[in-house]
Amino acid sequence: MKNKFSLFVVVIFLSFCFVIFYKGLNTPNNYTPKVNEKKNIPTFKAKDFYSNNYVNSDNIFEENTFYIVNIWASWCVPCRTEHPLLMQLSKNQSIKLIGLNYRDNFNNAKKFIDDFGNPYSRILIDKDGTLGVEFGAYGVPETFLIDKNKNIIKKFVGPINQEIVNEIKLIIK
Amino acid sequence: MKILKIFIILFSVTNFSELKSDEVNDVLKNKILKNIRCLICQGQSVYDSESEFASTIKLVVEKKINEGMEEGQIYKFLRQKYGDWVIYDPQLNKNTYVLWLLPLLLFLLGGAIIFKKLNHKK
Repeated sequence: MKNKFSLFVVVIFLSFCFVIFYKGLNTPNNYTPKVNEKKNIPTFKAKDFYSNNYVNSDNIFEENTFYIVNIWASWCVPCRTEHPLLMQLSKNQSIKLIGLNYRDNFNNAKKFIDDFGNPYSRILIDKDGTLGVEFGAYGVPETFLIDKNKNIIKKFVGPINQEIVNEIKLIIK
Repeated sequence: MKILKIFIILFSVTNFSELKSDEVNDVLKNKILKNIRCLICQGQSVYDSESEFASTIKLVVEKKINEGMEEGQIYKFLRQKYGDWVIYDPQLNKNTYVLWLLPLLLFLLGGAIIFKKLNHKK
């Protein structure tokens, strides 16, 4: 009876270990912060790209409008890939795009916009990257979808693709 | 001459205290940075990492300390932005009950087994 109980305990323990390791095999080693968590937009003050004046976040985001905040830089190669898609999104009347120019040189960033087009209704300067941290970004490009109640409802890490654009269009419809 | 002496003493005292406060801030900053995980070079702390993310977090932590935020408040801020995982030292919450309580349970279980065996031998 005692032997049977010991065997039962060993089997349970080994099965537990097997399940833990098996689950570990299927989960990625790299941690990515949650992307679907609903958060309020941070309050901040940032410099406008063209006027160089400081603007408050309260004056940027209006209620009852969907916004996309896109973190980009002229030196970022994936940003070039997603740019045509941002241009496509900017034609949609129900959404406004805000660009966050991340750790960039003004002349290079301006050339990037002149060459590829400006999808943004406003561009803000994030010279040292600290504004990106307020949004919970940890790289470039990153895109945030903000709903009509000023909540961040989606976060896309890396360049957006057609599938993501369709998803955004479906949400703002 | 007396006034000059007083001025020199006051000048050196204020400068020394400023230096001390900077040193205190540096110690606190390094302590916090060593406890934050770099999300780009995972496995390295922000203190050790040279990635762009790490250098930005270093600036943010410095800014928050200068704004008068305390250690716990800075961790809370970063947790809100990046989740619990960004801090090396996990807090006790519903996701970490097992992590915190399992060693204690195993310790108690082991103690109970040893106690029972010793009693049995007697």
